[in-house]
Amino acid sequence: MSVKTLTPPAVQLAAKADTRGPARPMPKPGMVTFRINGESKTLSIAPWTTLLDALREYANLTGTKKGCDHGQCGACTVLVNGTRINSCLTLAVMHDDHEITTIEGLANEGGLHPLQTAFINHDAFQCGYCTPGQICSAVGLMNEGQAKTEADVRELMSGNICRCGAYPHIVDAVMEAIKK
Amino acid sequence: MNPFTYARPDSVDKALGELRTNPTAKFIGGGTNLIDLMKENIEHPTRLVDVNRLPLGGISELPDGRLRLGATVTNAETAYNELVKTRYPLLSQTILAGASPQLRNMATNGGNLFQRTRCYYFYDTSMPCNKRQPGSGCAAIGGYNRIHAILGTTSGNADATSPTACIATYPSDMAVALAALEAVVQVTGPNGERSINFADFHRLPGNEPQRDNTLEANEIVKSIDLPAKGFTENHTYLKLRDRSSYAFALVSVAVGLEMAGNTITDARIALGGVAHKPWRKPEAEQLLVGKAATPENFQLAADNLLAGAIGYGHNTFKIDLAKRAIVRALGEATN
Repeated sequence: MSVKTLTPPAVQLAAKADTRGPARPMPKPGMVTFRINGESKTLSIAPWTTLLDALREYANLTGTKKGCDHGQCGACTVLVNGTRINSCLTLAVMHDDHEITTIEGLANEGGLHPLQTAFINHDAFQCGYCTPGQICSAVGLMNEGQAKTEADVRELMSGNICRCGAYPHIVDAVMEAIKK
Repeated sequence: MNPFTYARPDSVDKALGELRTNPTAKFIGGGTNLIDLMKENIEHPTRLVDVNRLPLGGISELPDGRLRLGATVTNAETAYNELVKTRYPLLSQTILAGASPQLRNMATNGGNLFQRTRCYYFYDTSMPCNKRQPGSGCAAIGGYNRIHAILGTTSGNADATSPTACIATYPSDMAVALAALEAVVQVTGPNGERSINFADFHRLPGNEPQRDNTLEANEIVKSIDLPAKGFTENHTYLKLRDRSSYAFALVSVAVGLEMAGNTITDARIALGGVAHKPWRKPEAEQLLVGKAATPENFQLAADNLLAGAIGYGHNTFKIDLAKRAIVRALGEATN
């Protein structure tokens, strides 16, 4: 098989066209009410605010992390009505009346969530930046009830990247929580 | 992201009205692709019309044996639905081969059909791209084109400066299974309801590479209907990619067969990652009908399917890869 060497495109760079059209008046923010970690919150936010930015910048819940901001790393994973999603690729206004659970909402008076305990027991992190997303994703995984084996956990946690490479311990922690 | 207004209509008529009164409005389902494209300055809608609370949900059996997948049902709900798992295991397997659990929980069936290509040059606003900026040229031809198309591109678009050249691929996994299953897309719009056969839904670049599909302006997808035949016994989805999970296909193959003993009585083969739309060639499928399930017969079908394929340098390996993937997928489906 012959592989060509990487060559630059044989075409001129296109002039940067502004395809955004004429300037328009700035739309006004609107009120959005959702329940975050069991508490009703009403925020005044613009429609183009992602759920991730609403949580971090408006609700002051900075446990949810911004990694890539493009749905590729999973650091922003939260639960909406118990289902795990990437909060960076959804708009806050779309979640009017929804129940949002972030890493701050998992522990209760009885103590840490079993997955938080399992992550500590198995030392399932190094830098910790991906951990809130990993744990929220694992809670969603348990709610879904599809993962039975280590191979299932690896496949169904593939939306959460850990650049420290703590994967073996993360899988151990999730397996412990599933078995309990 | 550019500023925009937001609407959440509760009826299809109101949703269509939003598009009629504002040609720069767009529907949003899961948002997994659209929001990303807005962040990348590729899409700039002035108004987003949220379809998630329209009455287009649910998965239901129709009296004639078809299965109706609502447009706003998520990919995850569809893949794990008991009717889909038992009657269309190929579709379930294919959906679960795509994206990540978080994205499948967000992405809708209707929205999946409108994914844009992941061509690097489509995403790079400093580069020519006939799909993003019609007439500007194609930076993928002569550029780094490892993920690009080998089928459905004509000699006319071998020239990077051509105003219509495009070697982008269509990225969806789900659509590859829908092509094999011969799904029908039910749409409605100003001219009423119509049904679009899946083979006609997505299109080749032709002279309008900016157009990914044949939906008319101001139309909306209501459901995706699956014919009764589900290939429950002999099917597989083989996806080849750079890592074993959470990556787009370099080449993928959806196979559905009907067998009588070791003889193939019906065959469907759809390819992903190789063209501007899910790729099927009925002539190649017919080569298998009435034939024994042997590697030699699989090879004949694979060679026929890839006849006329064009490599653009970095992606030339896909021609052999696709042939081998077809042979392997047919083998897996017949075992």
